[in-house]
Amino acid sequence: MRFFRKKQGIGKAGAGWSLFAGVVSLIYFFPVLWIILTAFKTRTDTLSIPPKFIFTPTFDNFIAVFYRSAASSQDAASTGFELYFFNSIFIAGTSVILALIIGTLASYGFSRHPLRGNDTYLFVILTTRMLPPIIAIIPIFLMFRLSGLSGTYIGIILLYTAFNLPFSIWMIKSFFDEISTDVEDAARMDGSRDRGVFFKICLPQVKAGLAATAVFALILTWNEFLFALLLTGTDTRTVPVQMARTLGGEIGVDWGLLAAIVTIFLIPVFAVTYMLQNHLLRGVTFGTVKK
Amino acid sequence: MTTLNSNATEQQSPTFGFWVWLMAPERRGALLITPAIVLLFAMNILPLMWSFGLSFFRYRANRLNPPEFLGWDNMFRNYEKVTSSSAIWDSFQTTAIIVAGSVTLQVIIGFLLALMFAREFPFRKILLSMVLTPMMLSFVAVGVFFKFFYEPSFGLLSQAIRVFTGEPYILLGTKWGSIWGIIIADAWMWSPFVMLLVLAGLVSVPKYLYEAADIDRASWFRRFRTITFPYIKSLLLLAVLFRTIETFKLFDLVYIITEGGPGSATETLSVYVYRQGFQYFRTSDASALGYILLFVVIVLTNLYLYVVNRRSEEL
Repeated sequence: MRFFRKKQGIGKAGAGWSLFAGVVSLIYFFPVLWIILTAFKTRTDTLSIPPKFIFTPTFDNFIAVFYRSAASSQDAASTGFELYFFNSIFIAGTSVILALIIGTLASYGFSRHPLRGNDTYLFVILTTRMLPPIIAIIPIFLMFRLSGLSGTYIGIILLYTAFNLPFSIWMIKSFFDEISTDVEDAARMDGSRDRGVFFKICLPQVKAGLAATAVFALILTWNEFLFALLLTGTDTRTVPVQMARTLGGEIGVDWGLLAAIVTIFLIPVFAVTYMLQNHLLRGVTFGTVKK
Repeated sequence: MTTLNSNATEQQSPTFGFWVWLMAPERRGALLITPAIVLLFAMNILPLMWSFGLSFFRYRANRLNPPEFLGWDNMFRNYEKVTSSSAIWDSFQTTAIIVAGSVTLQVIIGFLLALMFAREFPFRKILLSMVLTPMMLSFVAVGVFFKFFYEPSFGLLSQAIRVFTGEPYILLGTKWGSIWGIIIADAWMWSPFVMLLVLAGLVSVPKYLYEAADIDRASWFRRFRTITFPYIKSLLLLAVLFRTIETFKLFDLVYIITEGGPGSATETLSVYVYRQGFQYFRTSDASALGYILLFVVIVLTNLYLYVVNRRSEEL
């Protein structure tokens, strides 16, 4: 998606349109803004009627994410969120790296050494991703219980690697398909071996694509909820699961705390959305739509 | 193996011979995709086969009894049981309502947003990122947002309505209120997706067509119908199909906002299967039900890829 192509493309508009678009975007963005504001509010400000737009900001909620403040009647013990943050990052990071390695090999295979029934393989791979997770989770739950994998890092990492693979394969394949094979053919002509062609010629050309794929997969994995809900134990629980548990609490939900957690994660997401804008279309459609 | 030439090595060392066989160029494609296929088989295909088998057995995951085969004469009993219960049709209906409502809203909002962004203006990139942020958030986070808005006492929605009626408003207390609550949250999250696809279509329209239309003094509607629409048609169709598949599977948002309630008013199919499988532990029923869902999704995915391929032939 290139916005500045000659002859093809979009008209210009002035600052007036900016103002209009700004107002519309702010309205659309309002739920996010409201949560960010809530993250900086005290408990009384959060629950105030009518809602407060102007208030003295406080960092208590952010501190409370990791340390429950002694002031709030409960014990001063840690909320455990440092563990859940570590789990989320560790599990998502490891599985994305694994999926990226396996996925790059596979997509190179699909793109450059097509097998008989290549499209069928690709279709089945996409279907495993499209199928409702609730179908897969029942047998996986039984399988994990039987093999003792449930509640372990290895189990959830393997599952997430498999969860990320279809996405990675389709995404990276779309990048491989795009680069011209002329240079590769020339290198083969000159006696380069397949390994050299792959590492020295193909990989450097899809580097940006690999980075985009990794970032998308990271966000998808971080956001995943159902598998984590059913297959992680107290030690391996991820942030979304703990958020849902906090929300389901019987004694009044601590909205400030939840808002602070969401806000912490909002910054990287917003940065990614800003930087990867040109890859976003491909990312959200699993590489099936390029432009 | 010290001073042997490579030919001799191949014959003498079986491990090395295997390596050479494995690395042969004609096996390259298969070799490269093997790790991926093995992992996907173990983590996806095998479990699916397992649950397919289980759908012909009597089994509850919270009991110790091993699965018990239903017998050849009534092996489809779980399927019969599942399809004859009225709850599943209610939940099919709920899902259909949510899909229809949400996808329609997404198309309308996404389309309008795309029209707004389909021109160059100062601060465009930052504003575009703001609008695109919702779809990058987790369902849990979006669920938190909207549950917070819908909260009866201090939630913004309730407070806004209280200004007029003087009474707190409990959106999630009624069936239709809850369904609308979910539709709005889902549509807010995914309208940017439709916008992104429509925008890609709008950007690809050659400018000279509009210039020609200007000379011909074509009306706004005629321009849209004959120039713009053909360019966004296939992308719009893709967006609708993709969102239909995804919304059909909706689980997280419902689980967070209403947990399927009140009663079973917002039980989408995924939530229904979840309750059957993990609250009532009717494991084999849930498996049978899962297979019916799988069939629907495979049909939709096929349709989606058909459109993708037809579009790439056009380009």
